[in-house]
Amino acid sequence: MTPSNVAQPAADDPIRVAAFEGRIAAGETIEPKDWMPERYRKQLIRMMSQHAHSEVVGMLPEGNWITRAPSLRRKMSLLAKVQDEGGHGLYIYCGTETLGVDRHDLIDQLLSGTAKYSSIFNYPTLTWADMGAIGWLVDGAAIVNQTVLAKCSYGPYARAMLRICKEENFHKRQGYEIMATLSKGTPAQKAMAQDALNRWWWPSLMMFGPSDKDSPHSAELLRWKVKRKSNDELRQRFVDLTVPQAHAIALVLPDPDLKHNTDTNHWEIGPINWDEFFNVIKGNGPCNRERLEARRRAHAEGAWVRQAAEAYAAKQRGRAQSTAA
Amino acid sequence: MSNDAKSGTDGQWPLWEVFTQAKSGAPHEHAGSVHAPDAEIALQNARDVYARRGEAVSIWVVPTAVIAATSPSDTGPFFDPASDKAYRHPQFYKVPQGVRVF
Ligand SMILES: [Fe+2]
Ligand SMILES: [Fe+2]
Repeated sequence: MTPSNVAQPAADDPIRVAAFEGRIAAGETIEPKDWMPERYRKQLIRMMSQHAHSEVVGMLPEGNWITRAPSLRRKMSLLAKVQDEGGHGLYIYCGTETLGVDRHDLIDQLLSGTAKYSSIFNYPTLTWADMGAIGWLVDGAAIVNQTVLAKCSYGPYARAMLRICKEENFHKRQGYEIMATLSKGTPAQKAMAQDALNRWWWPSLMMFGPSDKDSPHSAELLRWKVKRKSNDELRQRFVDLTVPQAHAIALVLPDPDLKHNTDTNHWEIGPINWDEFFNVIKGNGPCNRERLEARRRAHAEGAWVRQAAEAYAAKQRGRAQSTAA
Repeated sequence: MSNDAKSGTDGQWPLWEVFTQAKSGAPHEHAGSVHAPDAEIALQNARDVYARRGEAVSIWVVPTAVIAATSPSDTGPFFDPASDKAYRHPQFYKVPQGVRVF
């Protein structure tokens, strides 16, 4: 639980690695104090911290619209959703700490710009319909991903995912409801929904990461059951779920090549523009700088809350000591 | 605005393990952990993080540092006094056929 409790292996002993891989193959769950290869620990720290950062940065594009929500009902929902995302970040940071890292250091890495987070949050939220598109597509893609991660071999990550999955369904449904409502509205409202779908569809598909043949970590992560399905399989599952949802609310997916394969019963998409994806990862997305600046500002503006909490705790301790004396 | 996340009081608060009870009569179960400067704030943080939808009717927080736990390496020897005592289980005992014991 504390970093000092974590077993500190020296070099990875091949016999221990074989025993570890035997446990994984037998479907056992790896817990924080169990022996694990350094590489497994590193890969999990990388994945989990990026995931936690993504939840935290993910609050920003939607946080932009809380004060501009079109009704009190929508405002309450959006506020609750954004608060959930903050909670998701905390669940996963807490899981990452079981691997012997400090949350404080992870947050430093995020604020200093050295940590990665999901590229999807570097796109701007231009209209209210973007709140619909994000809930429906971005949270929809996250559900597909996280449902599988809930079966991952590392216990604390899997348990955090279970907790998160229970909350994500509300995120997706509130987004889809926004899109359905706009689509049934005035021509201008319907056009707004369609425009949001046009802008968010491809970035959502890219959330699953590059095709497995171009994904450097995939094979190892699959063998260790950190990942249970390939990027392409998860993307396909998302496409198959989402296409009929778009049809049901009379919106058109921005892919002229999209077609249903009656043999496989899968929807087949056209080629993904991976140049755009890697460009956004490198920091050239429309909002990379803005997101980090907003996050740093929020952290700095919250300093007084942290100070007040500490002062209060110190005062309470002082009182307890003087009554005990 | 200061970007220096480590400045002043912005250090890492102690870690607390959170146990939630889903309904009265149920056991408290480990939910996760929170950082907080004291127990009162740890409880508030635990509520905000682990009970936003009525998941708990009661919460315990325990400083992580005071929890003692068995370690995986002594799992075998530590627990094996229990592994050769089949006579602690009801199946160990024979009952005449056709008799309902429970
Ligand atoms: Fe989330
Ligand atoms: Fe979400």
